[in-house]
Amino acid sequence: MKLTSSWALCLSIATSLAFVTSGRSQQISGAGATFPAPLYQRWGVEFNKVQPGIQVNYQSVGSGAGVKNFIQGVVDFGASDAAMSDEEIAKVPAGAVMIPATAGEIVFAYNLPGVTGIKLTREVMSGIYLGTVKKWNDPAIVKANPDLKLPDMPIQVAYRSDGSGTTYVFTQHLSKISNDFDDQVGTDKSVTFPVGVGGKGNEGVTALIKQSPGTVGYVEYGYAKDNGLSMASLQNKSGNFVAPDIASARSTLSNVQLPENLRIWPVDPEGANDYPIVSFTWLLLYKKYPDAAKLKAIKEFVNWGLTDGQSFSESLGYIPLPAPVVEKAKAALSTIQ
Amino acid sequence: MSAPEKDIISPSGYRPVPDFFKILCQTASILTVLMLGWIIYEIIESAWPAIQKFGLDFITKSAWVPNRERFGVLPFIIGTLASSLLAILLAFPLGVAIAIFLSENFLSPAIRQTMRFVVEMLAAIPSVVYGLWGIFVIIPIVKAFGDWAVNSLGGFPLFSGPAYGNSLLTASVVLAIMILPTITAISRNALASVPKTLREGAYALGATRWEAIFSVILPTAAPGIVAATILGLGRAMGETMAVAMLIGNSSRLSWSILSPSGTLAGLLANQFGEAQGLQVNSLMYAALILIGITLVVNLLGEAVLRYTQKQTAGIR
Repeated sequence: MKLTSSWALCLSIATSLAFVTSGRSQQISGAGATFPAPLYQRWGVEFNKVQPGIQVNYQSVGSGAGVKNFIQGVVDFGASDAAMSDEEIAKVPAGAVMIPATAGEIVFAYNLPGVTGIKLTREVMSGIYLGTVKKWNDPAIVKANPDLKLPDMPIQVAYRSDGSGTTYVFTQHLSKISNDFDDQVGTDKSVTFPVGVGGKGNEGVTALIKQSPGTVGYVEYGYAKDNGLSMASLQNKSGNFVAPDIASARSTLSNVQLPENLRIWPVDPEGANDYPIVSFTWLLLYKKYPDAAKLKAIKEFVNWGLTDGQSFSESLGYIPLPAPVVEKAKAALSTIQ
Repeated sequence: MSAPEKDIISPSGYRPVPDFFKILCQTASILTVLMLGWIIYEIIESAWPAIQKFGLDFITKSAWVPNRERFGVLPFIIGTLASSLLAILLAFPLGVAIAIFLSENFLSPAIRQTMRFVVEMLAAIPSVVYGLWGIFVIIPIVKAFGDWAVNSLGGFPLFSGPAYGNSLLTASVVLAIMILPTITAISRNALASVPKTLREGAYALGATRWEAIFSVILPTAAPGIVAATILGLGRAMGETMAVAMLIGNSSRLSWSILSPSGTLAGLLANQFGEAQGLQVNSLMYAALILIGITLVVNLLGEAVLRYTQKQTAGIR
């Protein structure tokens, strides 16, 4: 009698285990941009606590590779800092929906002992990366910073040597505010600057800045903040100098008018308190999923990310999406089937 | 007429089953050769649009502008060759000196064995660790040296300023450390296998230790030392991660070893993830050139090895 009951117990445990592992667990795999990877991976972990039946696996392979994988159909969702071009979308038989999932801001981080809160005008920003502004006490910098004591030191320029969405957004802004920059360098995920030294990844550029006094470079806000780098206030279109922080970036994002396909860059925002270099990053979803269970899981995950998931953004250095953007993103999410 | 030779394996004189071991070995070796052919074919196929578009200009032009679709890898070819040659220049004397020290009886065998083990352990350190170590240790040293060099030797084009931390010199110093175990281990083996009779002969003729080393032992071991150097050079040219982290990845040509530079392997590692369209084709073309350079170096190495073997055949 006792023996049979323990056998029954074993059997019931075994069946329930089998039920949990094979019957209910839904795997979702995604791949793409490296910039939002820490956030998406955190979402995967936190979402699994809320919905133990759904496992999200995100691989940070880069935006370009993410789009390629998404077109080939080897992932359930993609992710890209550059969204997708119309040509790329046309290659997806099931159709694609781009959902802004979080946002980042790019800062001019610098290493100049004893100098904090430097202000850079639009001319100086492009001038530094064109090699025309060569010294920290250049008259153009001194003029905008009358109260700072600027050293007679050469400006060493650092940039990303690997292809990256960060470089794309950064060069897009500089090309917009400076014709010379547009002519000589232009916009792309990897470009050739006439000056400077390249570091691999945000961490590589951060290391370059930290190690050599006099260096300036562009990195994601989160990296600069975590590493305690000084960040410059940048002049926006309305002429104000805006310091990079969550509030100024959210100001930019809430002034953005999202188009139908949700693909937009606030290249040169007009608001008085808008931080000038801010960008969304997108999740790429198919318009149609043949597997109903997978569709449901993906919808639940992205919906959770757009709402509860936003609370993890700030601590990881991302900009939480403003409410109107979340609403539009949710509306787009509801169209997939 | 003698009876046909009997197979030792089977006493009956014929094989009842095919020789599976032979077939296995043959298949494995053929597959390896096919694999190389396949890799090269795939690379050429993906590179083809870029080869058609740029032709030899790709090798002689200096431009890497993906957004304008202008590609030319001259700075990266020069960077690859310069960083590896500079690394060899630093590692060769050091490596051979260590090899001599470890193969002669300057120290007790126990200490020599330990030192040899430690030097060979350098080869076991992952490349990315060398890169990180280079960032935190070598860069500040090279930067300080560079600032001094620019001030005192700046007139000389190799040391013209401004000095950067991430530079050709930094990458070469770390590469030199990375290839040191290769050079040391193979040179040491070559020195250790110099016949005992030769050494004794040299001493018997009244040679001092240094005379014996320089005029008898080193020349005899020369083919092995040459092979060690070529292997080291090959490793330095293919090294990717540590170099990409340290060299500064610039596509500008410069005479100065204190300026940032770039290598073909580093270019591939940096840009492949986000490349699109013609940029992918161009990166494949660059990969093809890297394979070509490595092949030429290995062939040259083989030729030099044979030549030195012939030259030193008389001594052995």
